[in-house]
Amino acid sequence: MSNLPPNPYNNFPGPPQVNANTAPPTFNHNQQFGQVPVSQLPPGYGGIKQDPNSNSPLHAPSPAAQNHVLHNVNNYSQSASSSPAFNQPGMMPPPLKQNLQSSPMRPPMSTAPNSLPNPLPPHNVPLSSASPRTVPNANSSPAPYPPSYHPPQRQINDNAPPLIPSSQTTQPLVNGPPSSLPPTGPPQSQYPVSSSAYSSLPGSKPLNSGYGPGLMNTPYAPPPGQVPKPPGSTMPSQPPIPFSGPPVSGPPRNSPLVPGPPVSGPPGGMQGFNGPPPTQGPPRQVGINGPNVSGPSAMPPGPSKPLGQPPPSMGQPPAPMGLVSGPPMGPGAPSPQQYPGQYRNGPQGPPMGPSVQPTGPLGTSTGHMPPPNNFSGPQNPPAGSQMPPMGQQSLPPMGHQMGPPPGPIVQTAPGLKSNMQNRYPQMASAPGNYPNHQAPPIPSLSQQQANIMKQFPQQHLTQQMGQLSVTKQGFDQLWGHHMVDLLQCKHILPEYPEDPPEIKLAHQFADSSNCSPEVFRCTINRIPETNNLLQKSRLPLGILIHPFKDLNHLPVIQCATIVRCRACRTYINPFVYFVDAKRWKCNLCYRVNDLPEEFQYDPVSKSYGDPTRRPEIKSATIEFIAPGEYMLRPPQPAVYLFLFDVSQLARESGYLQVACDTLKANLEALPGDARTQIGIICYDAHVHYYLMSEGLTRPKEMTVLDIDDVFLPSPSSLLVNLSERRELVRELLTVLPSRYSTPAPPSSALGAALQAAYKLMAPTGGRITVFQTCLPNVGPGALQPREDPNARSSKEVAHLNPATDFYKRLALDCSGAQIAVDLFLLNSQYADLASLSGMSKFSAGTVYHIPLFRATRHHQAEQLNRMLTRYLTRKIGFEAVMRVRCTRGISIHTFHGNFFVRSTDLLSLPNVSPDAGFGMQLTIEESLSDLQQVCFQAALLYTSSKGERRIRVHTLALPTASNLTDVLHAADTQCIIGLLSKMAVDRCMSASMSEAREAVMNVAVDALSAFRLAQNLPAGANSSALHAPHSLRLLPLYLLALLKRKAFRTGTSTRLDDRVWDMCNVKVSPLGALVRAVYPDLFPVHQLAHYAHHDDDDDHAPDPPRLQLTAERINSTGAYLLDDGESMILYVCHGVSPAFLSETFGVTAFSQLPDEMRSLPRAASHGSALLHAFIDKLNDDRPYASDILILRDNSPSRTLFTERLVEDRVESAFSYYEFLQHVKNQVK
Amino acid sequence: MAFSFPAFSYIIALIVDAFLIFFSIFHVIAFDELKTDYKNPIDQCNSLNPLVLPEYLLHLLINVLFLLSGEWFSLLINIPLILYHLHRYYTRPVMSGPGLYDPTSIMNADVLTVCQREGWIKLAFYLLSFFLYLYGMIVVLIAA
Repeated sequence: MSNLPPNPYNNFPGPPQVNANTAPPTFNHNQQFGQVPVSQLPPGYGGIKQDPNSNSPLHAPSPAAQNHVLHNVNNYSQSASSSPAFNQPGMMPPPLKQNLQSSPMRPPMSTAPNSLPNPLPPHNVPLSSASPRTVPNANSSPAPYPPSYHPPQRQINDNAPPLIPSSQTTQPLVNGPPSSLPPTGPPQSQYPVSSSAYSSLPGSKPLNSGYGPGLMNTPYAPPPGQVPKPPGSTMPSQPPIPFSGPPVSGPPRNSPLVPGPPVSGPPGGMQGFNGPPPTQGPPRQVGINGPNVSGPSAMPPGPSKPLGQPPPSMGQPPAPMGLVSGPPMGPGAPSPQQYPGQYRNGPQGPPMGPSVQPTGPLGTSTGHMPPPNNFSGPQNPPAGSQMPPMGQQSLPPMGHQMGPPPGPIVQTAPGLKSNMQNRYPQMASAPGNYPNHQAPPIPSLSQQQANIMKQFPQQHLTQQMGQLSVTKQGFDQLWGHHMVDLLQCKHILPEYPEDPPEIKLAHQFADSSNCSPEVFRCTINRIPETNNLLQKSRLPLGILIHPFKDLNHLPVIQCATIVRCRACRTYINPFVYFVDAKRWKCNLCYRVNDLPEEFQYDPVSKSYGDPTRRPEIKSATIEFIAPGEYMLRPPQPAVYLFLFDVSQLARESGYLQVACDTLKANLEALPGDARTQIGIICYDAHVHYYLMSEGLTRPKEMTVLDIDDVFLPSPSSLLVNLSERRELVRELLTVLPSRYSTPAPPSSALGAALQAAYKLMAPTGGRITVFQTCLPNVGPGALQPREDPNARSSKEVAHLNPATDFYKRLALDCSGAQIAVDLFLLNSQYADLASLSGMSKFSAGTVYHIPLFRATRHHQAEQLNRMLTRYLTRKIGFEAVMRVRCTRGISIHTFHGNFFVRSTDLLSLPNVSPDAGFGMQLTIEESLSDLQQVCFQAALLYTSSKGERRIRVHTLALPTASNLTDVLHAADTQCIIGLLSKMAVDRCMSASMSEAREAVMNVAVDALSAFRLAQNLPAGANSSALHAPHSLRLLPLYLLALLKRKAFRTGTSTRLDDRVWDMCNVKVSPLGALVRAVYPDLFPVHQLAHYAHHDDDDDHAPDPPRLQLTAERINSTGAYLLDDGESMILYVCHGVSPAFLSETFGVTAFSQLPDEMRSLPRAASHGSALLHAFIDKLNDDRPYASDILILRDNSPSRTLFTERLVEDRVESAFSYYEFLQHVKNQVK
Repeated sequence: MAFSFPAFSYIIALIVDAFLIFFSIFHVIAFDELKTDYKNPIDQCNSLNPLVLPEYLLHLLINVLFLLSGEWFSLLINIPLILYHLHRYYTRPVMSGPGLYDPTSIMNADVLTVCQREGWIKLAFYLLSFFLYLYGMIVVLIAA
């Protein structure tokens, strides 16, 4: 890291007690998800059953508890049209064009094989033929899974009855073929190539023509065998610390806090709080104890610091710089080295409010002019992420920064340079306003102050002031109204991920369980009452949903009638009003409905009369097993069709071997019941079908040469029952790779193959998985290469929109037939993903992309294997629809994600996967001022892989806000970023890249301008500070990172396909993954032992703090792990200790490390174990484990790491500080 | 009372305009149905798209007649609409068939409101121009 400046903040592993107070992350599932802890229910609980395949290892219900509540809901003979709810929108699966009453088996089609116009002679595939290749990483890699490893029951939550009880959850992620497979043998000799199909062999296209060096991907570390812990729960809660330092009633002027009355807030929050003392007013006017609003007027991360610690830096001179002085934020206490930063921060703060002394307008000068009676006001750093809970014990411990005992104030700390009291501004009179920074200085303030001193006994005053500040501080915490000066606190990222902002509902529902923020999240946690107010706040309003997320505790209910509002069809939820015991009032449309008699029954206590104890009322996320009226046709079986590209490029890439092996290994784990069907089609210039009908002992290939008008040679034997034909399928997968290992024409008839697949699947619906490696260039849907390699780094990006609507129309047809198309793009050249992605976008599929794929690159094969294993074994919901209902007055404006919008609030999702997220932009159409809260309900109706119709309902309730300050302080930055990035993708498509980038930048300007307006702060250009509400303090940082993402960056060479794929990813990623991809986590890993939890049994993984993504935080003696979800980069600097090298990598010197490593060796040392445990923990919450890439800081590809340091200036892009300056100048 | 070419143009324009009014009424109804969930957007687009070009061509036809007959005022009034039609068709989404409406983007609230407003404005325009053509026809006939 010779090129990086040494950084004083990098010696940051402070004393071990730094984290002493960060309690080990505990995660209370019930609390988190707000769900009924099913396992606590008595076994005789009739109305609810625990998901048998639920992921929770903790709450595995006894089988006896389930069995008697499991009823058969697969009522195939149920006539759809006879159901009473037939005409209810939202209850029904999308109407099918054909065979509504057909059996789940496909009807035979009339096309006979011998009627082919020019059928090739079917080739028999010999049974014994097999691939000569070995799977690159079959079992030879350094033990990706130790033999004793039992994969955690994570991510897969198949909550259908356990027809295949444990295959999914205990399926080891083995890469290679299972040992039961027939041994591989010599390939081609027994498998003649279809001569007519391959008679012409033009030269293949040059590979890698326009593509740069390969991406770095690495094999990954195995997932840990731990109970998954949702992200965000790692936030340790701060234990309240009894106040033991210098007392609260100490010198008042130390308090940087505004002693004003609370702005507003939930009424329920007042308990236990004494309210502002009556004496607030006068001190404010005399400016003695006025609030200090300068920048970070928030809590210091004090409670986590050792309280008795003497002020380490009292006598330190102020640092001459202004920007790096902010201590790191977060609950983790800054190490002692960082204390000076706090003090330095003070004097450099901009003058706030009336200034006692004419110290000049800028804070930089004030620090050098210590006023005689100034107090060493610690300029508090921005609020830590974790505010201590309210209450007496958690009063802000100011004393630890104030070494001097409370005494005569004026003399306490003469040597200190800070002049807190100067910055006490006049209090704005109106509650809800922060003190006005523009208040004119009162020159004689010090005199007044002196007078006051005479008038009041000092101690008394001191005490008053102390209480005032503490009170105000407490109120600020309580309402979350902190303000942060962005320019002052550069180290703004909380060290540990923050919990999403808490939702404080009105009194009546304060205890109701709200939906988990991981499932349902809104950009503003207090909905503005009017559209006007929303416009004033200039924040995007929307919700992000992750509806099919794998959940650990999901109450599943089976009942005869599902209680819904008769008017708007809302499902009963925790936020309804019970008018009396017999009626309930819908919280979305306010209709009063009757309660059915059976709803009175409380299954827990087996008593009647209290409907509020039903699980529907207790849990905001619930799943119903739907009765017959929710079916239009019998639930479809799981049908999987795989389309393999076998054109020349595909054969060169060698993906087929990996894909077939993975598929073969996971055949048993495919979700489905006894009706599961599977089929395989290959295509190059022609379409190859594989017949696996009854009577055949080996798969039979049929090639259709006519690709302009495809037809199915023998439909009934192309899709076969998996359980009946397992051996044939296995056989086929074994021979396929060798069958297609010879050179082939360089043409790919993807369009024709898709049409054939559609015809094949249309009667049942299901999932089509397409593996594509090149641009489809023949037949229907043929595309032309559009990318100009020279324009990859230009400002404007062309060709982001599809070239043809062929794939979109096909997707719409598929969507109508309940077919989803998933695309694995493993291209080595431009493949026009912008056009191809249409097939997944509108059929609710997913796009996976491994650029420059080569199976010979070990890590890429590994990556494909992991990806595919997760894809094949994860839960799946078929023929799904999702309806999102909102409280009257709010409507959905735009949807984001992969789906087809069937009506204003209904999404058609042929398949729904646990990895898919959705976003919705909202508009406020009517005033909500007479409402206490606003509710959103997402109901996902789907067919489980076991053929059950189920409805998963999530309900989110949010309070409303009537003034701008409340709205701004309730903003949820992460969610805003999630929604914004989706909106920006749309803008790129509809307008242009530069316009989208402009819009993203303006979001920060707009939000901060709105805040300036709300607080009546000086305009950005006139002020030396850039104030942001605490809730939005990370917004500029994330926005800057977003602009430097692959999807939106300009000036850096980015392949068009990579860019488009990143855009697709942005649209479908759930929020957690999205934020991690936008702003990757950077952890120091060279001293993990400091962060290890030694006392905790379950969780051995260390918990290092996150660092901001700037070279400043990179120390040349460190090693850093950068984790963006997709891949991890372990960056080893040259000065790292040899002990670390030998412990982790088993090498003795830095120079022995290779330039790039793709796997992390496992050494039998404590350090290695810690690092692996840490990586495993990181991998725990994502669908499949990330790649790992180990880079030296002088290796040629180190830009892979440095380009992710988004806060640093790169060519043609702002650094964070420049961005802030830009924003500040624009804030009006 | 001679039956001049301008008079003929106006008569044709009246008839065509009646059709255009029907088109725009249909348009308004169709989008209203979409907004109130009655119709599937795919079906609705399939029924709307074939009507777009005929409407534009009919509108163009009467303007060609006005041009040939030298009815400059009527022509002038219609020119903005012609330009709008041209612009609309050039900026349509990528589609293989004729038409303007894409079922995947039509449910976007912005697109929906724009289309609905367009329908109402066109309806008003066609109604007003109907009376204008009626007046123009009478004037031409009387002058002759």
